[in-house]
Amino acid sequence: MDHSFIAKNPSVLVFLTILSLFTLMVTVLSEGFGIGVISTSFVKTLGKTLCLCLIAVAMDLVWGFTGILSLGHFAFFGLGGYMIGMWLMYERTRLIVVESLAQAEIPPTPAEVVDAIGNQIFGVVGSSDFPLIWAFSDSLFLQLALVVLVPGLLALIFGWLAFRSRVTGVYLSILTQAMTLALALYLFQNDSGLRGNNGLSGLQNLPGVTAGQDMVSIWFLWASALALGLGYLLAAWIVSGKFGSVIRGIRDNEARVRFLGYSVEVYKLAVFSLTACIAAIAGALYYPQAGIINPEEMAPIASIYLAVWVAIGGRGRLYGAVIGAAFVSLLSSWFTGGQAPDIPLGFYAIKWVDWWQVLLGVSFVLVTLFAPQGIGGLFDLWANRRPLDRHGANLGPDDGALREKEATE
Amino acid sequence: MIIRLAPKRHSGFNYMLRLFLAGFAILCACLTANAQEGGLQPILQNHQEIIAKSSRKTIKPAIDAIATSGLPQAQAMLETWAAKNMWMRKTDGQFFAAEKAEGRSYILTDFDTGESVGAYEKSNLKQLKPNSGVRAMIATALVQFQLSDPDRAKRLAALQSIQRDPEGALLEPLRASIDGEPDADLKVQKHRLERLLTIGYDEDSAARVAAIEEMTDDLGVDVRAALNPLVVTKRQAAVEQPVDLNVAKMLIPGSTALSRDDAYDLLVANNLATPRVTSNDIRNALAGNINGGRVGGVPVAQLDNAAARTRAYAALAEAGTVPALITQADIDAALDPHVFFETYAEPSPEVTTAAQQALERIELKVGLNQTLDLTLDAISLASIYFLAAIGLAITFGVMGVINMAHGEFIMMGAYTGYVVQQFIPDHTLSIIIAVPMAFAVTFAMGVAMERLVIRWLYARPLETLLATFGISIALQQLAKNIFGTQARPLTAPGWLDGAWVLNDVVSISYIRIAIFVLALIFLLLFLNITNRTRLGLEMRAVTQNPRMAGSMGINPGRVNMLTFGLGSGIAGIAGVAIGLFAKVTSDLGNDYIVQSFMTVVVGGVGNIWGALAGAGMIGFLQKGIEWMNPSNTLAAQTYMIIFIIIFIQFRPRGIIALKGRAAGD
Repeated sequence: MDHSFIAKNPSVLVFLTILSLFTLMVTVLSEGFGIGVISTSFVKTLGKTLCLCLIAVAMDLVWGFTGILSLGHFAFFGLGGYMIGMWLMYERTRLIVVESLAQAEIPPTPAEVVDAIGNQIFGVVGSSDFPLIWAFSDSLFLQLALVVLVPGLLALIFGWLAFRSRVTGVYLSILTQAMTLALALYLFQNDSGLRGNNGLSGLQNLPGVTAGQDMVSIWFLWASALALGLGYLLAAWIVSGKFGSVIRGIRDNEARVRFLGYSVEVYKLAVFSLTACIAAIAGALYYPQAGIINPEEMAPIASIYLAVWVAIGGRGRLYGAVIGAAFVSLLSSWFTGGQAPDIPLGFYAIKWVDWWQVLLGVSFVLVTLFAPQGIGGLFDLWANRRPLDRHGANLGPDDGALREKEATE
Repeated sequence: MIIRLAPKRHSGFNYMLRLFLAGFAILCACLTANAQEGGLQPILQNHQEIIAKSSRKTIKPAIDAIATSGLPQAQAMLETWAAKNMWMRKTDGQFFAAEKAEGRSYILTDFDTGESVGAYEKSNLKQLKPNSGVRAMIATALVQFQLSDPDRAKRLAALQSIQRDPEGALLEPLRASIDGEPDADLKVQKHRLERLLTIGYDEDSAARVAAIEEMTDDLGVDVRAALNPLVVTKRQAAVEQPVDLNVAKMLIPGSTALSRDDAYDLLVANNLATPRVTSNDIRNALAGNINGGRVGGVPVAQLDNAAARTRAYAALAEAGTVPALITQADIDAALDPHVFFETYAEPSPEVTTAAQQALERIELKVGLNQTLDLTLDAISLASIYFLAAIGLAITFGVMGVINMAHGEFIMMGAYTGYVVQQFIPDHTLSIIIAVPMAFAVTFAMGVAMERLVIRWLYARPLETLLATFGISIALQQLAKNIFGTQARPLTAPGWLDGAWVLNDVVSISYIRIAIFVLALIFLLLFLNITNRTRLGLEMRAVTQNPRMAGSMGINPGRVNMLTFGLGSGIAGIAGVAIGLFAKVTSDLGNDYIVQSFMTVVVGGVGNIWGALAGAGMIGFLQKGIEWMNPSNTLAAQTYMIIFIIIFIQFRPRGIIALKGRAAGD
């Protein structure tokens, strides 16, 4: 079975090989385990990029394959980060507190330790008590479960509400965007229990780990690569089977799939919740590498950028999403990091820090207009795989279906 | 009198002493009177030392003496002093008003005679520089003069100073000045202030009650500020029922008003019981009594839980080294013999009762007025949302084209207004020019966008969303590059400043009224265009059935272009209006885009009335939620969005849904 799956999808094997080679190469070149050509901060950037690739795979699954343009997946990503961040922050603060209380003459009671941790964590928002949502923050296992459960459950409830009332298309996009905005605004409050706009910080320090950041960064790179590999495999397996055919059918003509007797809502809900979980796992790996998470990260704009990556990379094919996310986010950090050379025009010098966003916006419009296949479409050219000539007939029955003109472009 | 009453049996010496003392008293009185007739300088000299040092803590007697001297020159003297123009002659310590003359010399003027006493070198003089605390006290002393000052502005300033800082001592001077007040308006104000001061400071309870009753119909914040301190209560505990206190109510320990723990704390605060031993105290006591690695027989290492600590502490208490723990039985025993009650700080029960009743009546009125104020606020917010969403209602609602760059059109309109103001300094004229300019700019932008991008994506709405989003980020960054990241001012004309104040509770700024009017104009304009013009007819035709419209000779491409331009242009005008009260930044559009979409979606697509209903609902909802939780506008937005998500469940097509063929499916 597994053999036939790989045989049917050679691109998966190619992808996994490239991913492992990449990971191996970075490890060899890194400071922690190798010859030290790549700096630790760049290793972190690469690790974070792998996490972004993973959420892009999730986005591709929900948008490219099921046709739901969700503008809320970064909210799930952020929630995953918050869930793991709560444990990291609690445990690290606990170690510090226990160490400092050990200096006292009388050994501390458990209640005193918890109070001191509360004081440390919530001092910035003028509080010292643990809110209810931190109830499980002392247990790594439970918080890891919450990484998947909280976003999954949120996606399940939201998706159930949205899909059962048959909200589709742009309405659904706007609704997901509103959900993201509501969540971000909620977390911005100081009394939301997650330290308001201060967010959670110091996440790069793993509690109880004495190894330096150069080692830790490589561990996270491995973990991210593993998660991306598994996520890719899962996504590829999902879309290759009968389930994949149904969700593609939903994308192309929802009403027809419904009339064929499939419960469209259940399929959509399953994909929406599953991708939310994948996004959350990506977030849980991303934020310990970033070191800090705050509600700003979950603003609606982030989710739209996610759509941009997938669109530029080429939706409807999993490797396209990965390429798009890696390409655009690395390019973006190159341009905004001030490394790109300015272009002097004589009367005006184009500073890329200022003009990168303009370039991104314009190229995005151009990609949408002229190359709906994105970068992934280049592989078709290379493989010389041309679409059939249908003599101008639409590929689907509806106005919204892919036109031949678009498919061939 | 002393002489007449002196009883015969007293000895001659005693009699003589009394006589002498009486005479001395009379002499002193004469001397004081003479000093006042002698002018200000002797008074100043009496307090020479404290005036020269002038500290807020010690200066009071001097200022009081000057203010109560009744001398007409006192006002000028106090003003000179506060203005740091009073100097001291070092040779004899006398005070004068000084004016800078040639070089380093100053011309001194006597306060009493008003005549110059000659010029002195600076080295012979010392300037008095009262600090701000002393100046404030001088200002209070000056109030009584200023209340009868011939200059109206000064009298008004004096009144305002009393309002800011009411004081019982000012009541009499204020009353005295009312009758002589020539200005009718000021007289009313003075009378009102006198009533307020009477409530707070009059010695006669009946007068205060009368004043309270007189002010019951007043909604002013100052009335409530005067009444509230009267009904402030304080919890107290005592051994038995007090008789001389103004008791608000009795409290029973263990009731909801007063828990047993609170009652015990009250006893502790009144020194009627021993303080509880907190867990902190226990820890400190244990830490202080470590004896050979053990506390009260318990090893230190075992003290990491509450039970062990209590055991160790009990052992210490038994040995008498620390006070014993307070047990529940101790608390019960302490509570029983005592009574608990709330008292008013104000001693007179008539006054507190009257104040309580007055406050209740005022609260009711304030509540009604707040509802009105909230309604006005909600209408104003709704018109802002309507204004922001009306362009979207055209492009999204009528054409079905989703335009994520709509917020950026609003932003461009606001920046157009800013640029126009750079060239035309007159605010009224610049706004009048900015409105059509903003329309023109965003109309052109909209037409260009429709031609270049949207036209190719009509069949793919999701991709329209993404493409217009790309335009949105490009435009935002472009605006940032051109205008910078800091907020640019778009100043409203002077006649839009200020607010329409109905009373202290209800007020609405003129800008918000103007925006309401603008929204109304747009509604009428839009109705007129769609229902009465050729373009409107063609627009509706193309919306309903583009192919049929095309076969009737309408050019759907042209109509779509114009419709999109119209929607964009209106967004530009909305931008000018929004820029007048919000700060103009490159991400101005972000604040409105989601709300605008919400407005259109909630209201119902394809219908201007839907946008109106949506804006009204969202505006009222947001204000309503803010009212329930006034400290938190973020939470209000969160709850509103959640409400909208749930609302969509029940009316997926919005409040006003199109039916039949017009619905498009």
